Amino acid sequence: MRYAGRWRSRVALGVPAALALLLLVVPLVALLLRADWARIPSDLATPTVLPALRLSLTTTSVTAVLCLLLGTPLAWFLARSDHRATSWVRALLTVPLVLPPVVGGVALLMTWGRNGLIGQHLAPFGIQIPFTTVAVVLAETFVAMPYYVLAVEGAMRGLDPRLESVARTLGASDLRYLRTVGIPLVLPGIAGGLALAWARALGEFGATITFAGNFPGRTQTLPLLVYVELERDPQVAISISIMLLAVSVLVLGVLRGRWLR
Amino acid sequence: MSAGPSRPAQPRSPRSPRSARTPRGAVAAAVATLATALLVAGCGSSNPTTSADGTGQPGKSGASAATLEGTVTVLAAASLTESFDQLKKDFEAANPGVTVETSYGSSATLVQQVDNGAPASVIALAGTAAAEPLDQAAVKDTQSFATNVLEIAVPPSNPGAVTSINDLAKPSVKVVLCADTVPCGKAAQATFKKARIVPNVVSKEVDVKATLSKVKLAEADAAVVYHSDVVAAKDAVTGVEIPSQFNTSLSYPVIRLSDDAATEAFVAYLLSAQGLATVQSFGFGAP
Repeated sequence: MRYAGRWRSRVALGVPAALALLLLVVPLVALLLRADWARIPSDLATPTVLPALRLSLTTTSVTAVLCLLLGTPLAWFLARSDHRATSWVRALLTVPLVLPPVVGGVALLMTWGRNGLIGQHLAPFGIQIPFTTVAVVLAETFVAMPYYVLAVEGAMRGLDPRLESVARTLGASDLRYLRTVGIPLVLPGIAGGLALAWARALGEFGATITFAGNFPGRTQTLPLLVYVELERDPQVAISISIMLLAVSVLVLGVLRGRWLR
Repeated sequence: MSAGPSRPAQPRSPRSPRSARTPRGAVAAAVATLATALLVAGCGSSNPTTSADGTGQPGKSGASAATLEGTVTVLAAASLTESFDQLKKDFEAANPGVTVETSYGSSATLVQQVDNGAPASVIALAGTAAAEPLDQAAVKDTQSFATNVLEIAVPPSNPGAVTSINDLAKPSVKVVLCADTVPCGKAAQATFKKARIVPNVVSKEVDVKATLSKVKLAEADAAVVYHSDVVAAKDAVTGVEIPSQFNTSLSYPVIRLSDDAATEAFVAYLLSAQGLATVQSFGFGAP
């Protein structure tokens, strides 16, 4: 009786668990099966791929640097403050995280577009953001920054608050404390946050195509190229997808210490 | 019913844990059932998929000719959005038993979707060239129903001062085109080649409506779209004609992918005088 009950609950949990696993794994396997491995090198040598690869690498790198320079201080403020406003700021930060990226793209257009909130004041100076590489970086930063800030904030909250008190009594400024104590201690958190944000930026599609458009060498990143190539030559799209899959697995390797114990 | 069983505060009696376990087991079983149901539903909906690109007949073909029933799935080029919305409305009003489901996108995307098994009864494309990659085994019948020419769309304020196609050669004019893979992009390239113009292209959008939207938002100074898109956009954009010696004309084919009675009726309606008049009222030319 007891054995039968245990068996029944095993099945009740095991079946959905197996389905969940299959739902996630089968598409990846399907992609690998459809790949023409011999063609991948020549597919990746297609004239459109190199500019897209270069653009994706530069924009995601700039995005990562922006996250590091702007996101780290924000994470620190969020981590040390228990003010009620902090939780509001944190909630606000998670909005881009759950927002459909295409909505983010529309919002960016309403901000930086020629008639946008900020864009209309830039236009008289001849500065136009949409359809430029800057727009790609803005779109990627918009979707990636929250991942970075929340990851680093989590790491900073794990620090012993006495460290900061001691540093303060020894006369260290906030900046000096962060440089010599705080940041070195959360370095793994920063690395993990960067990898996560970078991977998210690399995969960005919706906000980019809405806000930055699609032009080879200027705003056409790898995911946009996959979309366009699927209509021209699906095999090239599959080859690029495999490359992006490999990159994702690589990033997962970097994160292994954090998530895959 | 109290929420107690889901979280027993304290072990009250030996019976309590068991009474707590039963609902949990029930929840687990319900989740499993739901998951299985979803999976089965997923498999079920993929069945028409396999029959659409093969030889089977999706939908109900047993309905008599007098009272049509069923669903007609229409995939149409983005430029047909407004005209097919109207056709759907008129056809459904005349045939209350039939539901017309429409999906719009670039012709290249739609053909790709059908080749990958998207369930479709009818596909209407911008230009015959777009139909070439279509799996011919699925095609039952092809007929031309409209023509369209290119036109330049500019924002009503016309920030780039575009009054002719030659103005698109100015480096200061930001031009948005369709991607090279979609019909309107190919047609635009052909037109620029004929006119010997190299425009300052800032973006190549995934379909003609996305291209037009950049002008509607006044983010671009000009876009090369179809005449029908300029008509459909009404006051949101201003059209600048492209002279016929440079222009590219496209013939729109409607391709039937099903022998279902409702599908045949929909195509017949589209090709009827009334259907063609509806399409032409949105700026398309006669086939």
